[in-house]
Amino acid sequence: MGGSSLLEVRGLTKYFPIEKGLLRRVVGHVRAVDHVSLSISKGRTLGLVGESGSGKTTLGRCVLRAIDLTAGEILFHHEGKTTDLAQLSRREMREFRKHLQMIFQDPYSSLDPRKTVFDIVSEPLRINRIAAGKALEDRVRTVLELVGLDVRYMKRFPHAFSGGQRQRIGIARALSINPQLIVCDEAVSALDVSVQAQILNLLKDLQADFDLTYLFIAHDLSVVEHVSDDVAVMYVGKLVEKAPTQELFKNPRHPYTEALLSAIPRPDPDRPLPETGGIEGELPDPANPPPGCYFHPRCPYAEQICREREPPLVEVGPGHTSACHFVDELELQGLED
Amino acid sequence: MYFLAFTYEFWTPYRAVTQHQGFVNTPPTPIRFFDAEGSFVGPFVYGLNYELNLDTFERIYTEDTNTIHRIRFFTRGEPYRFWGRLDMDLHFFDAGEGKVFLLGADALGRDVFSRILTASRISLTIGLVGVLLSFFLGATLGGVSGYYGGLVDIVIMRITEILSAIPQIPLWIALAAIVPIDWPVTRTYFAITIILSTMTWTGLARAVRAKLLEMREQDYIMAAKIAGASDIRIIYDHLLPGYISFLIVNITIAIPGMILGETALSFLGLGIRPPAVSWGTLLEGAQNISNIALYPWLLTPALFVIVTVLLFNFVGDGLRDAADPFKEL
Ligand SMILES: Nc1ncnc2c1ncn2[C@@H]1O[C@H](COP(=O)(O)OP(=O)(O)O)[C@@H](O)[C@H]1O
Ligand code: SF4
Ligand SMILES: [Mg+2]
Repeated sequence: MGGSSLLEVRGLTKYFPIEKGLLRRVVGHVRAVDHVSLSISKGRTLGLVGESGSGKTTLGRCVLRAIDLTAGEILFHHEGKTTDLAQLSRREMREFRKHLQMIFQDPYSSLDPRKTVFDIVSEPLRINRIAAGKALEDRVRTVLELVGLDVRYMKRFPHAFSGGQRQRIGIARALSINPQLIVCDEAVSALDVSVQAQILNLLKDLQADFDLTYLFIAHDLSVVEHVSDDVAVMYVGKLVEKAPTQELFKNPRHPYTEALLSAIPRPDPDRPLPETGGIEGELPDPANPPPGCYFHPRCPYAEQICREREPPLVEVGPGHTSACHFVDELELQGLED
Repeated sequence: MYFLAFTYEFWTPYRAVTQHQGFVNTPPTPIRFFDAEGSFVGPFVYGLNYELNLDTFERIYTEDTNTIHRIRFFTRGEPYRFWGRLDMDLHFFDAGEGKVFLLGADALGRDVFSRILTASRISLTIGLVGVLLSFFLGATLGGVSGYYGGLVDIVIMRITEILSAIPQIPLWIALAAIVPIDWPVTRTYFAITIILSTMTWTGLARAVRAKLLEMREQDYIMAAKIAGASDIRIIYDHLLPGYISFLIVNITIAIPGMILGETALSFLGLGIRPPAVSWGTLLEGAQNISNIALYPWLLTPALFVIVTVLLFNFVGDGLRDAADPFKEL
């Protein structure tokens, strides 16, 4: 349990300016990610869940410096050195690119339709000048075999493949430069359930073989359950709960997590659904969030204080934090397996 | 088609401006292979006689089956300057002493076939040049707009909106009316091209911008960025290939619009002016209803316009299919 941490995110914040009118006056901000702190240990998986629009993708992209962040630190511990990726210039960032990769949600838009499988998978290697010629081809062959794709299809274009196969191509691309950290942004959400399981197993096998570290983003808890060591729950740009996976599922300490858990379809018909029975209402507008606890308009336990004051994120157990005013009073229902 | 347009001097039997005395409004000359007795003589035309119908003052042309003019190929006929440089007089065919009007002659006794081919140079190239010009404008401005965004984007997009809110034909007419009558042919030609391009580039700029914006949002661009690709590399490696096929397809589809635009302007007498000929000026000659009823062959330029436009549309469709990556392989 618990290797040394590879990535530590502190107070990560990303506001998108909202511009209006001819002169693009900034009239407000979308608080896509708001002071989020996380850490992931080497060789482990942190699941990141939250409804669509809660800022997961933005967080993932900030961590990889694919977009610029507004504030915060991204501490990357590697080979005995600690680097704050947030402080690096684009040029300085180059050196770290080979350690960081991403797997995308959409197996269609993530592969350039005009490039062959070989071109796609070899791109990170070519950009970072890691291999060329024969060595490049050998490396592409190796990763294609790793992800279970026939190397004879190397010269084909992406449209010749199914969604699951395309996702394997995307995984091969991410794997090609032997990264330390892979952000899997809803990597299986677009796939059929049976294919989902295959891809999840593949990701787990690869993690074991190459000591990979994953930030595993999903919009529902059922997907992260079997791959994550820890789970962080986001709501409208904020972290609301974080705990080891088992603990979070059995003993949720935030009403939003409880609601997410109750939304998971279970094959067991004897087990009664929790009272809340799914999440009602809509995600608030992150440009104009409600005062106090962002969850209060939808929270069945909300009281006056929830509408006025924002709850702090507090430690409620070993590695378990939650941001709710009534974290100690509420008896929330988890899932028993 | 463009080949014909670029070498029309050779293919046409007569110069576009030559007036053939006594052949006013001749109907198309039938090409015959067998003479009156039914024996084969190869391609020839009969000589023509005409009488004036004194009631209508129409000329009734009859074939004189006694005079046979063989069609001659690669003959020396009226001298011309090929591309304004080379003095030549080689023609693909003529009928020697006789006259051959494949598509008839107009009110001044000029050969319609020769005039159509001659006109094709202006009509077809104005489409090409105009489209290239508006593409240059559209692709650069749209590209800048889509890639950099921000204030530049807003300004350019507002301009295109304003321009496309102005009705096209009246604007063209207004602009064309400004072109001085006494300008030489080439200058008028370029003026008209520019006028035509003023409107067409806007649609293009918007299309290019939209395409760039769409492509920029694709995850594979994000993947390249995450792998450390520079902007230049992303543009060169991922954006351009998708963009170029799109441009070519659009160019092909935009050309007919230009040709039609020129035709419309010239038809209204505001485009290319005589003695230069374009399909539009030829059709201008066919404006009179009674003319059309009596001399329907004067409408043949319209046929050429239609065929050309259709051809471009087919080619454009074909290119679009070819450029669609999901139909490769
Ligand atoms: N480039 C952007 N410009 C402005 N707003 C954005 C941008 N990207 C995301 N957002 C906004 O940030 C919020 C979080 O989006 P996202 O990170 O995609 O959420 P998730 O991945 O959890 O669905 C959303 O409200 C979204 O509209
Ligand atoms: S703070 Fe109040 S509104 Fe927010 S989750 Fe807790 S109980 Fe619900
Ligand atoms: Mg997302």
